Amino acid sequence: MAVLAHAEAGEIAARLRTIPLPGHQDLRAPENGLVMLRGRVGGDGAPFNLGEATVSRAAVRLASGEVGFGYTLGRDGEKARLIALCDALVQSRDFGAVVERDVIAPLREQLRVKRKRQAEETAATKVDFYTMVRGEG
Amino acid sequence: MYVAVKGGERAIENAHRLLANVRRGDQSVPELSLDQISEQLGLAVDRVMSEGSLYDRELAALAIKQARGDLIEAIFLVRAFRATLPRFGASEPVNTGAMRVQRRVSSTFKDIPGGQILGPTFDYTHRLLDPSLAEGFVPEAPAVAEASTAPTPRVTDILGRDGLIETSPQAGDGASVGDLTREPLNFPADRDLRLQNLARGDEGFLLAMGYSTQRGYGRNHPFAGEIRFGEVEVELIAEDVGFAVPLGAIELTECQMVNQFKGSATEAPCFTRGYGLAFGQSERKTMSMALVDRALRARELGEEALAPAQDEEFVLSHSDNVQATGFVEHLKLPHYVDFQSELGLLRKLRREFAESTAVANASNAMKEAAE
Repeated sequence: MAVLAHAEAGEIAARLRTIPLPGHQDLRAPENGLVMLRGRVGGDGAPFNLGEATVSRAAVRLASGEVGFGYTLGRDGEKARLIALCDALVQSRDFGAVVERDVIAPLREQLRVKRKRQAEETAATKVDFYTMVRGEG
Repeated sequence: MYVAVKGGERAIENAHRLLANVRRGDQSVPELSLDQISEQLGLAVDRVMSEGSLYDRELAALAIKQARGDLIEAIFLVRAFRATLPRFGASEPVNTGAMRVQRRVSSTFKDIPGGQILGPTFDYTHRLLDPSLAEGFVPEAPAVAEASTAPTPRVTDILGRDGLIETSPQAGDGASVGDLTREPLNFPADRDLRLQNLARGDEGFLLAMGYSTQRGYGRNHPFAGEIRFGEVEVELIAEDVGFAVPLGAIELTECQMVNQFKGSATEAPCFTRGYGLAFGQSERKTMSMALVDRALRARELGEEALAPAQDEEFVLSHSDNVQATGFVEHLKLPHYVDFQSELGLLRKLRREFAESTAVANASNAMKEAAE
């Protein structure tokens, strides 16, 4: 599910359109708010408040009863609703496998490719130290 | 008698209309999009997010556009915006050790596990203006190399294994995390509040304070143990869900400053540390923050605290550029009544001065005449 928070709302919506969706309703309409982001002193010590981030959240219930929650950084309430819908669908016996296969897995692969590319560009900037040997060996 | 002065409304309205036009500039020049600001002025966006204390690239870009590039004004706009939203909770503390590193350098060890990774940096550029950037510049595609799967442990963790550096202070059981957006700052302030204050503090102020420690005003012998920049995952324990939900990733810069020793009769000497953490790629900010964090630990480490950077009340009370600009800039708002009373007082003092001078002159004149 973490992969959905990294995707764009449009990408999730486009993939969901390929699935005949069951009836569902908003349990909590999308809303925007803040989350205080915390770091740790020295990176590994006691927590401290670094600053806030905008966050959207929503909750969706399928007609069959499954409840899904959607949380994501940013102010895109529709994205939170789509994540909540996916969260509800993956719990459903009828839709879990197809949502994993047609929505989550392709987005996971897309994220993997993007991160691999970035890691390769980063790796090219790694310093290779070498030692100059002076005089006659 | 109190006389209300009215009549500014139309002038204010027209001034704002004029501002909107001046902000837009020559309308034959294409308008800036928020994407352009976010993509091409990314470090300005990072600064506005850090000091505005709100991680939202799009909002920061909008603030920069609205503020005509005045970053402190943009920070002010972002701070005002954050006050309009409810808070859902606090994240789990981010794990910077698990950062997807895009840049990571250490000035203390050449051969750190994971290596020295330069990433996108101004370091080693010649700082010569580049005319080719003026228009139509298309950069060469980035070079690629096989991505390493080797972990990139923090340099402080490596030093910590041999006990050569102090350990980070841990939170007591059930200890709450101080939040200066909720309670006013009191002194002495604990490290959590100091770091929160510095994280949203003005980069220029912290740079000057950090620099002052290097020049001898509270010297603490710093080495940049490590600076890393990259993405970390954020999780929130959502009350309605009952467990940690992933929110996505944010970009952070972290600086671990390694400073000279402390020790005692019972403890072997070890390096001390200063810490910096900020949103986005904010290297100068986190380095300055780490220097000042270390300087502010003078009391805790039993050092003489004589320099400005070691004075917690001085540093923490003046680091916030929104507060500072509010107080400095309010001077340009009408102070007509205040000024009238000052003027009245000054006239009275001058009258008294003139009278006493006249009396003195008269008595001198009499004295001279008598002689």
